[in-house]
Amino acid sequence: MRRLPDRGRVDHDQRVAFSWDGRAVEGLRGDTLASALLASGVLVLGSSVLMSRPRGIVGDGVTDPHAFAQVGAGDRTEPLMRMHEVEAHDGLVAESRLHQGILPTGPDPDRFEKRHAHADVVVAGAGPAGLAAALAAAEQGARVILADDHPQLGGSLLGEELLLDDRPAHEWARHVEDALRAHPDVLVLPRTTVVNVGDQGAVALVERVSEHVAPEHRHGRALRRLWQVRTRELVVATGATERSLVFADNDRPGVMLAGGVRGLLHRYGLVPERCVVFTANDSAYRTAIDLVGAGVEVPCVVDVRPDPTGPLAERARALGIAVRAASAVIGTDGDAEGALAGVRVVALDGGAEEVVACDVLAVSGGWDPLMDLHHHVGGRARWDAERLCFVPDGTVPGVHLAGSAAGVFGTEACRRDGHLVGLVAAEATGHGSAADGPDAPAARDAAEAPPADFVVTPGTDPVHAFVDQHRDVTIAGVERALGSGIRHVEHLKRYTLVGTGTEQGRTAKVNAGRMAADRFALPFAEVGVSNARPPAQPVTFGALAGRALGERFDPVRTTSIHPWHVAHGAVFEDVGQWKRPWYFPQAGEDMDAAVLRECRAVREGVGMMDASTLGKIDVKGADAGEFLDRLYTGVMSTLKPGRARYGVMCKADGMVMDDGVVLRLAEDRFLATTTTGGAAGVLDWMEDFLQTEWPDLDVWLTSVTEQWATVAIVGPKAREVMAALAPQLDVRQDAFKFMQLEEAVVAGIEARVARISFSGELAFEISVPMTWGLALWEAVFAAGQPFGITPYGTESMHVLRAEKGYFIVGQETDGTVTPLDLGLDWMVADKEFVGRRSLRRSDMLRDDRKQLVGILPAERLPEGAQLVDDADFEIPVPMIGHVTSSYDSAALGRPFGLALVRRGRDRIGETIYAPLQHGTVAVEIVDPVLFDQEGARRDG
Amino acid sequence: MFQIRCPYCGPRDEPEFKYGGQAHVAYPADPEALSDEEWARFLFFRDNSKGRYAERWNHAAGCRRWFNVVRDTGTHELVGSYRVGEQPEAAR
Amino acid sequence: MADRTAPLAAMEDRIAAAAFPGAALAAVPFVAQVGIRLDPAGPAAARVAEALGLPLPEANRVSASGGRRALWLGPDEWLVVAADGEERALVGILEDAIGADGAVVDLSANRTGLELSGPLSRDVLATCCSLDLHPRAFGPGRCAQTLVQKAGVLIEQRDADTFLLLVRPSFAAYVAEWLVDGMAGLAADLAAV
Repeated sequence: MRRLPDRGRVDHDQRVAFSWDGRAVEGLRGDTLASALLASGVLVLGSSVLMSRPRGIVGDGVTDPHAFAQVGAGDRTEPLMRMHEVEAHDGLVAESRLHQGILPTGPDPDRFEKRHAHADVVVAGAGPAGLAAALAAAEQGARVILADDHPQLGGSLLGEELLLDDRPAHEWARHVEDALRAHPDVLVLPRTTVVNVGDQGAVALVERVSEHVAPEHRHGRALRRLWQVRTRELVVATGATERSLVFADNDRPGVMLAGGVRGLLHRYGLVPERCVVFTANDSAYRTAIDLVGAGVEVPCVVDVRPDPTGPLAERARALGIAVRAASAVIGTDGDAEGALAGVRVVALDGGAEEVVACDVLAVSGGWDPLMDLHHHVGGRARWDAERLCFVPDGTVPGVHLAGSAAGVFGTEACRRDGHLVGLVAAEATGHGSAADGPDAPAARDAAEAPPADFVVTPGTDPVHAFVDQHRDVTIAGVERALGSGIRHVEHLKRYTLVGTGTEQGRTAKVNAGRMAADRFALPFAEVGVSNARPPAQPVTFGALAGRALGERFDPVRTTSIHPWHVAHGAVFEDVGQWKRPWYFPQAGEDMDAAVLRECRAVREGVGMMDASTLGKIDVKGADAGEFLDRLYTGVMSTLKPGRARYGVMCKADGMVMDDGVVLRLAEDRFLATTTTGGAAGVLDWMEDFLQTEWPDLDVWLTSVTEQWATVAIVGPKAREVMAALAPQLDVRQDAFKFMQLEEAVVAGIEARVARISFSGELAFEISVPMTWGLALWEAVFAAGQPFGITPYGTESMHVLRAEKGYFIVGQETDGTVTPLDLGLDWMVADKEFVGRRSLRRSDMLRDDRKQLVGILPAERLPEGAQLVDDADFEIPVPMIGHVTSSYDSAALGRPFGLALVRRGRDRIGETIYAPLQHGTVAVEIVDPVLFDQEGARRDG
Repeated sequence: MFQIRCPYCGPRDEPEFKYGGQAHVAYPADPEALSDEEWARFLFFRDNSKGRYAERWNHAAGCRRWFNVVRDTGTHELVGSYRVGEQPEAAR
Repeated sequence: MADRTAPLAAMEDRIAAAAFPGAALAAVPFVAQVGIRLDPAGPAAARVAEALGLPLPEANRVSASGGRRALWLGPDEWLVVAADGEERALVGILEDAIGADGAVVDLSANRTGLELSGPLSRDVLATCCSLDLHPRAFGPGRCAQTLVQKAGVLIEQRDADTFLLLVRPSFAAYVAEWLVDGMAGLAADLAAV
């Protein structure tokens, strides 16, 4: 196509240089990739998806079936970018790839952001209706967000030569934009597409923030931004899209949509040499009129209607344009490249084909309101037999349609409709009254003659006539599908791929539906079209991820002692969101060696560990003891102040939910500890019962998990270390017993000290405010030096507790294990507690339930290994249990573990087997308590 | 993403809340008096109906209150919220 | 004897460096915070208000007097906030006032502070928090417990463009990372205009 020096909204003095398929191309500032290529004589973009036919640009908007390209270099490359949206700029790198792009393989170097926003009214589309709606709502006092795909607001007003109030329409658009930008509570978002509407006014918008500048000029700005807006009302003013007509070789480069040809003229000053117009309605006459006005030859308008008489046809005739009524294009001829060279025109009442030479054919089959966002929320549409398009069939609460998206055609009519819808939307949010609002501007659009119901030129060669150019679906393809028994448009879509792919059939699916209706002689209203599904436009994954990358992906929770662990070479384990020291390797040690050393230190000397991550809940009130009795399997109300007791909680189904030590701080106050991962869930669970089942109880719950840092000193020499740290504290056995707690000054810090042990060894747990945790840790480490104190991590903790047969929630339990299965009969008190009734359900009383046992395997087993009865077995073999924990023990000098085994407690002493890949391992079932069975060590 | 009206804090986005299943299913006052079948009904049986459904939510990231919501399971319309102790008719 | 440690000590330089003409961020490592649970219709409410010298505020609000503020957390829960070091005195006063009719818990180490100020502070929060902070919906004297992405925060608006975020110390770095990153994006936008 040719560029006129004085037309279009491009800057004719500002050239931009970019790369297309590796060669240098120039365009003007204001060009899109598509318009710059057309101006540079690139007419053929590439080959079609299935049939490898040459394809070119069809329109000027985002509903072009072919205008997709690979954009960006290296790890910035992106597939299937909409060429009418990609702004030509210096440094742009683009490649012809219509249908199948390339994904980058490296990390995305670009920044993608998300932003939350709130509005009373979001307006999608800034054409005449959207601008009027936004302004009306804003002036009523509503908080408004106005979004439009293009860099400039105006929509169709920029792609047409129209008057509003007898002034150029784009001037009105500029005036409204200025007024909107002056409102403090209006956000104007150009280059932004509304892609999705969800529940309760959740609207997603994608803004192209810096895509229109080269990467080196982005300077840290986001490439794109996903706006997550919560709005009360949405106005869909997304306009209408033009559909094509179906005839042979209608896919040739040069066959364009009539509105697109106008858009190329008015937006970019691009014109063909010689243009034929083929239409079933009045709107395409504008193309002929505008082109002639720009000095372009228009040999004829081919109109399928017998007697085109509307004002536009009259104007065309007055300009000397030949109107060939009751005629149609039946085929096209191409040049050597396959691009359009001429069209073959026939009279619909018969007669010979006549070839008319042209380089562009401007086609209009009619206009379809673009209602995707309405469909996203379940809005329905009905076929309007007069306007020959789908129009909204009612609206969904909170989602309004305005202008041509609502089936209102005519520029002033759209503006008027937008104004009225804007007032209604504002009123719905409590801003002003639509009835008493400012008067709507008049709509004096000239009447148009009725369009014709026309899809396929009779006599067309079905094999080369395309219904869906994007997916290469021909008449023959559709007929084959219908002939094979397909009756529903959704099936037609899946069988032929009509309406699928990046373009989603916006130019095609109405025609496909009408062909189906014709074939079955059904009213089209009954056949309909396939549904539009979100998102309205493809969204890059980067935009969905936003900045939730690296350290922002998920919280990494650490205690105040963490810097010490890092400085001392700890290897960390993820426990929920927490990072906990797993083990502290010394030079040359692997994990097994470090864990053996740490365990030996605890059993023979003294170790220390950071226990700060355990959940802690302050339970206060006159009924606190009663409340805990109802939740734990054991009795807490009989605990004396200053004493602690271990407890287990079940869900209503009787399965173990969480465990921990409960400390009674005062007559009316307890501190319940939970597992690290269970802290939040247990608090919610407790609040649930307190608020909904037992609101009469005088109990108050407060999470204090992060108020306290806890350091455990564990091992036969723990008492010496404790005494050194707290000289005033009487640490002798008679004064400070197991499961007792004391307030004390420890290393100069006010602390709570408790004799709690998870290893079977003498242990003191010291708790101080979290901000003092590191100071306490360092003091313990220093005081423990004379005794060779050894910091240890979660792995050693697990080994030490497993040697004692202590289970871990989530390791030995998996939501199917009761306290009785764990052998905790002694902890299940004879009183009501949550889940108790479940413990005597018939399934719980079965005598072949899996029970917790210790195991002594011939070699260390993988956790999760299945267990079977016999060494020699044939598959399938009954699996009688599985290994839940497995370690090497320094104290036992051998591998050991815990397992859940059917009737396990009755089988102690028996040998079972673990079939592994390299062979079957013999496993002896033993009592779960393998170390210090008398419990002699806990007092030192 | 839902926007749920907490009866105490006002409308907030769904990630602040935790779902609690069907509303108005009380923990039996005397579980020991129930047969296995009656107890199993309480444990395992919940309505799964199309239309208006009363369900429990907890404003976990906010005021930590449990409350009830009437939701239309067919349309995802949130008809309203109401406090523990109130009946679905109080939803607003 | 060693001293207390500030939860965000390791990020202090990055927090300071994030400042741009639109907003600045500062850690407020130590804040005296005392939790109160009581029945607002019960006998303790008036006693507590009198002892504190400020009313227990209604939903989503803050009351302030004499360097102390009470933040609404829930229908029967408030957080009293004061200068670092006042927690012990506050606990004493409040325990005397509440007696057996509720709970008082020292939570001074349970959350740490981040102060975000500047004309674009609302926009910074909008990069990571879905709460509506528009003057029509929020404002000075308002507070809310909400989320910054996956982390719970207590947000208090201090004046027209200053917000105090109280965060669990284990989530503080995560929240600070989001704020610092949001500031970087807005700074780049501001520079491009």
